[in-house]
Amino acid sequence: MLNMKSKSKKPIHHEGTHHKGIEEVIELLPYIQDAVVAIQEILLANLVMIGEIPAPTFEEHRRVEFIQHRFTESGLQNSSTDEMSNALGILPGTEGDKNILIVAHTDTFFASTVDHTITVYPEFVSGPGIGDNALGVAVMATIPMLLDLLDIQLESNLILMGASRSLGRGDLEGLRFFLSNTVIPIKAGVCIEGVSLGRLSHDSIGMLRGEIICTVPEEYDWTRFGAVGAIVTINEVINKILMIRLPKRPRSAIVLGSIEGGQSSNTIATNAILRFEIRSETQEIGQEIYEQMHDITAEVSSQTGAEVSLDIFASRRPGGISFSHPLAKNTRRIMRALQIQFHKSPSTSELSAFIDRNIPAITVGISYGEHKNQINELVKIEPMFTGLAQFIGILLAIDRGYCDEH
Amino acid sequence: MNINNWLKTNTFHHSDFWDLKQLIREKEKQNLTVSLCIPTLNEEKTIGKEVVIFKSELMNRYPLLDEIAIIDSGSTDKTREVAEAFGADVFLSSDILKSMGEKQGKGENLWKAIYQLKGEIIVYIDADIKNIHPRFVYGLLAPLIYQPQIKYVKAFYDRPLASSQGIRPSGGGRVTEILIRPLFSLFFPELTAIIQPLSGEYAVRREILENIPFPIGYGVETSHLIDVYHRCGMDAFAQTDLDKRVHRNQHTRDLGKMAFGILQTFLSRVESLGILHDLPELTNTLRQFHVKDNVFEEEVHDIVEEERPPMIEVPQYRKKFNRN
Repeated sequence: MLNMKSKSKKPIHHEGTHHKGIEEVIELLPYIQDAVVAIQEILLANLVMIGEIPAPTFEEHRRVEFIQHRFTESGLQNSSTDEMSNALGILPGTEGDKNILIVAHTDTFFASTVDHTITVYPEFVSGPGIGDNALGVAVMATIPMLLDLLDIQLESNLILMGASRSLGRGDLEGLRFFLSNTVIPIKAGVCIEGVSLGRLSHDSIGMLRGEIICTVPEEYDWTRFGAVGAIVTINEVINKILMIRLPKRPRSAIVLGSIEGGQSSNTIATNAILRFEIRSETQEIGQEIYEQMHDITAEVSSQTGAEVSLDIFASRRPGGISFSHPLAKNTRRIMRALQIQFHKSPSTSELSAFIDRNIPAITVGISYGEHKNQINELVKIEPMFTGLAQFIGILLAIDRGYCDEH
Repeated sequence: MNINNWLKTNTFHHSDFWDLKQLIREKEKQNLTVSLCIPTLNEEKTIGKEVVIFKSELMNRYPLLDEIAIIDSGSTDKTREVAEAFGADVFLSSDILKSMGEKQGKGENLWKAIYQLKGEIIVYIDADIKNIHPRFVYGLLAPLIYQPQIKYVKAFYDRPLASSQGIRPSGGGRVTEILIRPLFSLFFPELTAIIQPLSGEYAVRREILENIPFPIGYGVETSHLIDVYHRCGMDAFAQTDLDKRVHRNQHTRDLGKMAFGILQTFLSRVESLGILHDLPELTNTLRQFHVKDNVFEEEVHDIVEEERPPMIEVPQYRKKFNRN
């Protein structure tokens, strides 16, 4: 049941205005920006209810159920979940021969045992995972009501997807599964992230994500090897990784993201894990760095007697659409019109799954936030409306063909 | 009245009422109006979320509520500003029925809500619920909307939908199990079937609310149950399991104050109903103790359970609601 009546004063139809090109959409933005404020309670309620359902990677099913329920309430067609725990729904367009895929990843970095209470203040909303990516998911779940409020009927079919198994070892499994198995041809994709407004990703750097695991065997000879244990061994690995020479062009980096090991202050550590990402603009350089790291682990293993292994569990192919592609260009035009400070941000997230299939796609943010991926993460409320207007602008631009490459 | 029969027929689970469209159709058919009252005192951390969720889900999406009102006891934090920012009607309790004066206590806010709000049903929800969800409201309203003989619906919270054992204990908090249920067992055995008699969430028809007195402090829920039971019997009650409620935990000493206030109300009720006679004049002073530098020191708390009369006796109310 939809109690919210459309408050549209300016119908967003485009008969006879097509000759204006993207400017037709730009002219609508001030009106859209004013009108979307009326969706505040619906959006914030979705944000709270989604944010309070824990959804660590591989355990997203309860959050997905909620999203699917929202899709059903909104009357979407084919509202369903698939075997990868993705939530899917289709809002049919008036023409029905083109399909736009909107994606927000449902999983978070927080375990189910973390207190997921969300707090709503007049200026911001706070709680674990609120920006990454409860807000993105909440926006996606609100889209049908938002379009209804604005009296927008798209020509294209809109496929809404809460994508599961995206982060860490999930390795975009949900979105990849959908794109591999669907028979629906996708014209373009938009990935929604809660933060940060102004972010625009349209290409992906190459990436290899993995772990170096150091385990000291039980029969380890402590007298011979100086009784250093796994932490010192992993430190040796780090020292050697830091000696790897990285080229300035193509730009490349090794991110040492997290480390853990040992049990207590008075026992020698028998295990340690180093988590890392290799990033490069070219696949070849990424592969070269990987091979060097592989050699390092073998070398340290043979020198210390500890088992040191390297495991790559996620990878991204570099690619994407160019800076001058109409989708990227018109998104920047829309951002400028809404006075959003734009920053290009190469992505290693959902965009990569689109890139692998040569589907033009972008990632945008909805609001500004602080303390990302910390327990006290917050997102600001007021910028959300600019973020929503930006999203609607992009959607209209894609739908009306202004983002097609000729 | 057989308690087990009553438990079977008048105890619900919120999931029984998942079909909100049907609930709204029934509400509209009866032309009912429903008001939500959230009594507050310094609840800035939780009030924003409550208002947003109820307004979005139960006004915009499913029009079950006709108004959402905050009746505030004079918060010194930003409770009123936050609630107003998200579109609730916010009232200072002291501004309502000014001629009746001002008293401090949650019961005062609940009583004044009867005058201020327009609904034929009023749902009261506490403001300190961390895991707020629309079920807290529709779970309480539905029995009233579907069953005209039910007048008063009380919440209870009982987490597991499945249990590995056939029998598991179920009940209320510490004050309920140590004070209220033993008292009810002695004097009003049927009322023991109310699983959580002290829960702050309930939905009531105006015709009942306007006819019962309101203790303004800790005793308001207990006196409601006794008064409604005395007037209408157990058939007027229902209770709904709302699953889990996450809220602030109270210290045992605070529970002692609560129990003292409830006991005052209870004794006054059993005396006025003629169940106990010739009670001596009782003190309003609760004595508790703490240890400072190995010395026991007495703490004295004056806890006076004042009472507001049935709203129907207030002339301004009778005029506003045409009850002449």
